[in-house]
Amino acid sequence: MKIVILGAGQVGSSVAESLASEANDITVVDIDGARLRNLQDRVNVRTVSGSAAHPSVLAEANIEDCDLMIAVTQSDETNLVACKLAQQLFNVPTRIVRLRATDYLANEKVLGPDGFDVDLAICPEQVLTDYIVKLIEFPEALQVLEFAHGKVSLVAVRAFQGGPLVGHPLKDLKKDIPNVDARIAAIFRGDAPVLPDGDTVVQAGDEVFCLAASKDIRQVMHELRRMDKPVRRVMIAGGGNIGLRLARALERDYSIKVIEYDKRRCEILSTRLDRALVLQGDVTDEKLLEAENVSDMDLFVAVTNDDENNIMSCLLAKRMGARRVVSLINRRSYVDLLHAGEIDIAISPAQATIGTLLAHVRRGHITQVHSLRRGLAEALEAVVHGDRESSRCVGRRIEEIDLPKGAAIAAIVRGDEVVMAHHDTLVQAEDHVIVFVTDKKQLPKVEKLFEVSVGFV
Amino acid sequence: MVRPVSVLNVLSALIVLFALCMLLPLGVSFLYDDAAGGAYSQAVLITLVSGAGLWGATRFGRAELQPRDGLLLVALVWTVLPAFATLPLLLYLPELSFTDAYFETVAALTTTGATVLSGLDRLPPSINFWRCELQWLAGMGIIVLAVAILPLLGIGGSQIMRAETPGPMRDPRLAPRIAETAKGLWLVYAGLTLACILVFKAVGMGWFDAVVHSFTTLSLGGFSAHDASFAYFKSPAIEASAIVFMILGGINFGTHFLAFRKLSFAPYRSDPETRAYLVLLAASVFGIAYFLLATHVYPSYWTALRHSAFNVVSIATTTGFFGADFSQWPIFAPVWMLFLCCFATCSGSAGGGIKMIRAELMVRQALREIMSIIHPRAYLPVKVAGQRVENHIIFAVLAFMLIWGGSVIAMTMLLTASGLDVVSAFSAVIVCLCNTGPGLNQVGPGATYASLNDFQTWVCTVAMLVGRLELFTLFIVITPAFWRK
Repeated sequence: MKIVILGAGQVGSSVAESLASEANDITVVDIDGARLRNLQDRVNVRTVSGSAAHPSVLAEANIEDCDLMIAVTQSDETNLVACKLAQQLFNVPTRIVRLRATDYLANEKVLGPDGFDVDLAICPEQVLTDYIVKLIEFPEALQVLEFAHGKVSLVAVRAFQGGPLVGHPLKDLKKDIPNVDARIAAIFRGDAPVLPDGDTVVQAGDEVFCLAASKDIRQVMHELRRMDKPVRRVMIAGGGNIGLRLARALERDYSIKVIEYDKRRCEILSTRLDRALVLQGDVTDEKLLEAENVSDMDLFVAVTNDDENNIMSCLLAKRMGARRVVSLINRRSYVDLLHAGEIDIAISPAQATIGTLLAHVRRGHITQVHSLRRGLAEALEAVVHGDRESSRCVGRRIEEIDLPKGAAIAAIVRGDEVVMAHHDTLVQAEDHVIVFVTDKKQLPKVEKLFEVSVGFV
Repeated sequence: MVRPVSVLNVLSALIVLFALCMLLPLGVSFLYDDAAGGAYSQAVLITLVSGAGLWGATRFGRAELQPRDGLLLVALVWTVLPAFATLPLLLYLPELSFTDAYFETVAALTTTGATVLSGLDRLPPSINFWRCELQWLAGMGIIVLAVAILPLLGIGGSQIMRAETPGPMRDPRLAPRIAETAKGLWLVYAGLTLACILVFKAVGMGWFDAVVHSFTTLSLGGFSAHDASFAYFKSPAIEASAIVFMILGGINFGTHFLAFRKLSFAPYRSDPETRAYLVLLAASVFGIAYFLLATHVYPSYWTALRHSAFNVVSIATTTGFFGADFSQWPIFAPVWMLFLCCFATCSGSAGGGIKMIRAELMVRQALREIMSIIHPRAYLPVKVAGQRVENHIIFAVLAFMLIWGGSVIAMTMLLTASGLDVVSAFSAVIVCLCNTGPGLNQVGPGATYASLNDFQTWVCTVAMLVGRLELFTLFIVITPAFWRK
């Protein structure tokens, strides 16, 4: 696939990195030549320097040949102009635009065919905010993902001694909670995936991915660990775009404190926030943390744009008694260094946001892609079309489908109904199939499965 | 630098305009064939000649006014026009002293509604019409009126309009052009007055009473053509309609303007003051009704509620009508009403006093101080309707409160020193500063301000002017720094 990425910032470069590894032809456009050289050193991409909103620059990037344009420059306006140009001058079939300001989303005409003609507007900050909000709703989970418009949830939970299922084979799950149809999709022990079957025994410390209808998800988690007290007090370190969105999303239901170093930013924050308390200071200032009772916090979230600051403030908060600490960490090497150590959850912004983009890059009718375990695994949602002749899935039982090793169908959403996959479940046309892929090398094969053969119209 | 000549030139034009306003009561005088016709003819003539003469003498100094000139203009307009307004009264009532006449017209133009005249029912209709017309003209602000109808006057600056618009955050700009804003405000004001006239007529007043009482209701003035004020009508329906229009008059006219233009209630909902204003009024009305019942002032809750509703709303909105002699009520009720008239009305309304927004800002500022002791590193902005209020506005409000409190104390001292009892003195100062009207005891609803001696009358006159122009405008003009070149 030929892809043009406008903007080589944090999102742009991590998208480039992640897509380049999947054999796509990628061109990155940015106004900052130094940044492009830096990117080119690491990743196998072509770069063009210049303003992404100029037709000549877009032409130089051969945008007319590309299948997909992803506009993720710093400025919403540049992204929108580039999108319109790409559509009108260069006939780019699919255009994804990053938009920060929610104003543009208020009226659908703005982004519609008569406006800037955007196929998909993404807001990484919002995705991250939703991600963290979900973690607060389910304080036991490491990650919460939704499929089929929220009907099905996938949660990652670390199994603890004391959960009824811990130390027992998976088939006991059915005995413990007979009225809930849940499925353990994957288990990671250490860093290695364990392909679960009925006899697999859950051990304490395992990272377990379970899939269930969203309403049952709490019960399933209860099987794996004792439940925590609900979160009431949250401290947010860093009042940037994510910190602000997070505070706004949470301030009605939780007691929120936001720490921000920049005084002018503090003024903006305190104006935009109604109930949250805005504190000026260094997020690693232990005096400040102590004065503001970090030890009573149910959750400490570090979302500054500096990895080291996030990590240090989280370690400090944890040491001072915060119940759980969550940190944004961009560098993968840091994540691997820390996860499951003193920092309870490390979130990689790029991985959390890349899923929406990946869905468009993938072939077939894949509607959603979630990156798991910081990109080591993926959960896909695909719609199957066609019939027994044209599709390799429709009209077949799950055991008949030729899934590669390291991939498993976890559930099927049919209309409003959620069906947990068993070996004899029959896949029908228009089903949403949720597939769990623990070995990313198998992704192309999985995608092929959901393609419809050429004869199908 | 102030340019007094240019200011006087504009003032002279306003005086001529003011003379034209006297033609209305002259017409009324002809219509009713009353005895004051001669007085009006002379008054119009004197005013016209003085205005024209002043204009001729200051013609050479015509220039665009600067903000500082504007302050002087506002101060002069509010002190000179009442003097001209006394002419018909002095000419018709030769026994009336200038002190009392000036007090009466200042009470009219500041929409205070305190009166030194008694036997109102026997006065010629044109005299009563003049008193009430003055209140209506000044209710929305004289300069605002001038800006609205005389764009060529050379007073285009919004600063000048601000100098007489009540409220701490004075940006009355609702339309792109200042004259359009002024026109819009006046249209709303006139429209509401027209509605009020029709409603009053419909619920049983005569045309004359309906017109003059609508004038003083919407302007929250409080003058009446009857000594007994609204008690004269003995009609709950009239009192109820007056309550509605007094409440409307106490809301920011900018908010009314937006609501009319959009034809929706949304502007009221998003206005930070309206809600607090209405809640405070409702709570006080029902609370005092219950209090009156509990203290056996009235036999039934409905009677208590009727009298509580009318009098509380009237005093709280700084109107000053009365439907019962509330100074006879147990002291808590009238004191609470005095307290209300200091704070209840919204900024940009026809009401006087400190204004709801300042009270809100003060409360929030106090809470902020408390919070900042608990969280020394916290950023705690004072916010109104989701908008941050800049610190300099908070400081201005603090200074305002300080001067306001200082004025109350100083003037109360002056009045008590001159022999008035302390309750009368204190209540007179409060109601004059808030432009309300009737106070307690000697200046209560049953009495008039005629019993005060000349010195006390002047103190009250100053209090009314100072209160109407919200302290600063008058105080600035008397500071030496203002006049320094």
